[in-house]
Amino acid sequence: MNFTLKIWRQENSKAKGRFKTYKIENISPDCSFLEMLDILNEKLIHDKIELPVDPVAFDHDCREGICGMCSLYINGHPHGPEQGTTVCQVHMRKFQDGDTIVIEPWRAKAFPIIKDLMVDRSAFDKIIQEGGYISASTGGVPDANSILVSKEYADMAMDAAACIGCGACVAACKNASAMLFVAAKVSQFALLPQGHPEAKRRVQAMVSKMDELGFGSCTNTYACEAECPKNISVEHIARMNREFLKSKLTHAEKKRIGGFG
Amino acid sequence: MTQLNAKIPQGSLQEKWTNYKANQKLVNPANKRKFEIIVVGTGLAGASAASALGELGFNVKVFCIQDSPRRAHSISAQGGINAAKNYPNDGDSIWRLFYDTIKGGDFRSREANVYRLAEVSNNIIDQCVAQGVPFARDYAGYLDNRSFGGAQVSRTFYARGQTGQQLLLGAYGALSKEIKRGSVKMYTRHEMLDLVIVDGIARGIITRDTITGKIERFAAHAVIIATGGYGNVYFLSTNALNCNASAIWNCYKKGAFFANPAFVQIHPTCIPVHGDYQSKLTLMSESLRNDGRIWVPKKKEDVEAIRSKKLRAVDIPENDRDYFLERRYPAFGNLVPRDVASRAAKERCDAGYGIGPTGLAVYLDFSESIRRLGRDVIESRYGNLFQMYEKIVDENPYENPMMIFPAVHYTMGGLWVDYELQSTVPGLFVAGEANFSDHGANRLGASALMQGLADGYFILPYTLQNYLADQIGVQKFETDLPEFELAEKETIEKLQRLLAIQGKYSVATLHKKLGKIMWENVGMARDEARLKQAIEAIRSLKQEFWKEVYVPGSLTGVNDELLKANRLADYLELAELIAHDALLRNESCGCHFRVEYQSEDGEALRNDEEYKYVSCWEYQGEGVEPQLHKEPLEYEFVELKSRNYKV
Repeated sequence: MNFTLKIWRQENSKAKGRFKTYKIENISPDCSFLEMLDILNEKLIHDKIELPVDPVAFDHDCREGICGMCSLYINGHPHGPEQGTTVCQVHMRKFQDGDTIVIEPWRAKAFPIIKDLMVDRSAFDKIIQEGGYISASTGGVPDANSILVSKEYADMAMDAAACIGCGACVAACKNASAMLFVAAKVSQFALLPQGHPEAKRRVQAMVSKMDELGFGSCTNTYACEAECPKNISVEHIARMNREFLKSKLTHAEKKRIGGFG
Repeated sequence: MTQLNAKIPQGSLQEKWTNYKANQKLVNPANKRKFEIIVVGTGLAGASAASALGELGFNVKVFCIQDSPRRAHSISAQGGINAAKNYPNDGDSIWRLFYDTIKGGDFRSREANVYRLAEVSNNIIDQCVAQGVPFARDYAGYLDNRSFGGAQVSRTFYARGQTGQQLLLGAYGALSKEIKRGSVKMYTRHEMLDLVIVDGIARGIITRDTITGKIERFAAHAVIIATGGYGNVYFLSTNALNCNASAIWNCYKKGAFFANPAFVQIHPTCIPVHGDYQSKLTLMSESLRNDGRIWVPKKKEDVEAIRSKKLRAVDIPENDRDYFLERRYPAFGNLVPRDVASRAAKERCDAGYGIGPTGLAVYLDFSESIRRLGRDVIESRYGNLFQMYEKIVDENPYENPMMIFPAVHYTMGGLWVDYELQSTVPGLFVAGEANFSDHGANRLGASALMQGLADGYFILPYTLQNYLADQIGVQKFETDLPEFELAEKETIEKLQRLLAIQGKYSVATLHKKLGKIMWENVGMARDEARLKQAIEAIRSLKQEFWKEVYVPGSLTGVNDELLKANRLADYLELAELIAHDALLRNESCGCHFRVEYQSEDGEALRNDEEYKYVSCWEYQGEGVEPQLHKEPLEYEFVELKSRNYKV
């Protein structure tokens, strides 16, 4: 198969970017999208078509759809046209021979471009650090089967926990909102008894960090759900909103001074 | 010469870890604050170690190569994690998990280490549940289990086909909690390029920031390496593309012994290779062997008809199918350990019964389970794996059996460590797949997650204190010491040398060549002649690399090709050590199958008289043959037997 690729090239975070066009030929339909980019980079390196040689920079790692590292915006869709799939799992058979394919990085204020197609998603880590966990220190926890979780709730928690933190939801959203990402984590712990003691603090801290980092607000377009490679449902956003409201109505953490010392 | 001392505690097997903990030295809370610890890697072992040590009050610096600690390759582990809970009441115990692991490793691992692993396995499950890991549950709300290879009990806990992801996100959560608290400082997109040793003790590392290209120095009282395995030496493997051996290899070159490099696990159920553009291989979880049956046609004419697409698998009647694992190993059937299953598949393909366009594949068939349990049950158990298969192969595995073939997956070998997980370099600790400690010559399924978390949550927080207790009063190190300066200078010089070659081949071209040499000669079947040939071929490829590699760009800024070239330079040296170790081990054990040493029915033939030891390699300098040290393996508590999965 032959393709024309229009790829966003940008030297570094401060430089001005632009599209560059590349022709690529004889690609097997069984080749994955990232392998097709590997072939392009090999061509740039071997044939030295343009000087200085500068392969296209893109993030990738596991190439089996789970690490969340790959992040390409293809023909107007995060992770490309195929639903429920990360770009590393998209194969060229999903395109037509002769297609022109436009490849861009995630675009969001909170995800600055590093080089070409690589972006900085450390904002996601910062949100998790605010409370996207259960503060169980190592050791001193009860036997695993002493905490019962109904299968229904365990399954729903797992649906939320399947989020790979790739940022497609943000890239898909016209407001660059991170609601689906944050909601997936809040919802996972709201559905599990282990998560309840910290529930109020968690949702408030994570939401306020999200706002602080420059993510936009949610206007219920559901683009995030449509583009999520793991099919995370917007139901989790609804659950997070309930959690948030509940916490605002009932949560008043008092500072207490002193102790038993 | 360094004397190997595994420091195994006194007492019966059941008492050793208890005795160790009762007698070890501790560091009081006020002193813990004065210690700095470096952890390299944020997979299960690294993230759990960093968070647990942070909780204790140490100052921890953690490094990872990806943009977030959550991306480490532990995330890709699919099937599950073992523990000796015996929740299903099917006869499991700590002893049985210990014994299965020792036997699965073909009696080439340390009894004391493996027993401790089995002992702490139950704590891991408790910890993960407390963290909110959404393990699979039954309708009453209790935890569910499934079985894995090499065991006759169901002891594997799982979260759909994403157990590694969920455990890693649990550890990542714990790590994030400590980052927020300020006990842990995280450095993402930093690749460790060298170890710094001051007065014989590990005191720091040299890293490169993969965005800016900046080379940096970091100092600490102790260094923990948790950077995973070296399967990518083979180019094609189930590892993520950025997994690499440079951290452990540089530790080796600084004096840490490398143990059992030849022990490389080849996993039986992976999606077969389909083109030379391919960048990696994808695993299909071992858990599939719970409900999938492996077979090839009995008749050569059926094989031909399938290859030429005149017949489909479903057209082959039951009687004309050879369920070769069930035939050869009636007691364990499709759930034999990985090395056994891989070799059996290779044997059928070599004999001309392989299916698929290349003849290098066998079937993994779910039709019987779908008939018995219904498609919904199969979908709920393995849905995401079936979906992944369909995306890659473009065939529906509910209707046609999957095609699978073995691929490089995990490395049992790694840096040598004693019972405390300390290498031969004082102050240098190694955890998870990066060390050699627990799996002998073959790892059982669902045991890598167990070992990574055991090392990080429950072993290092103890043993590291025992080490640091003797360091009280040692001031924080400054990175302007001449040792740091020299290590940094050497690192930069190596990178500059790579950039200066300006040859004609890309890194990937040469890496593929190395992969081919390794897969063909140091893979599933090894023999003296081919291993010698491989060593020659690796040496000449290494020369070619240093003359003909082309690395564009410069030291500064994003430069993936430079990173890859540096990793390949290390792989080329490690590859020779793997082949060398395989050549010297004149026996077959676990994954290490030397064609010369097999029984009449093709089973691995161990030689306990001469090879019941861990081979530990000491670096002797560029171009000099490394020195072999042997750590004898004593079996005080189990009887050495030849592995039998037939009855």
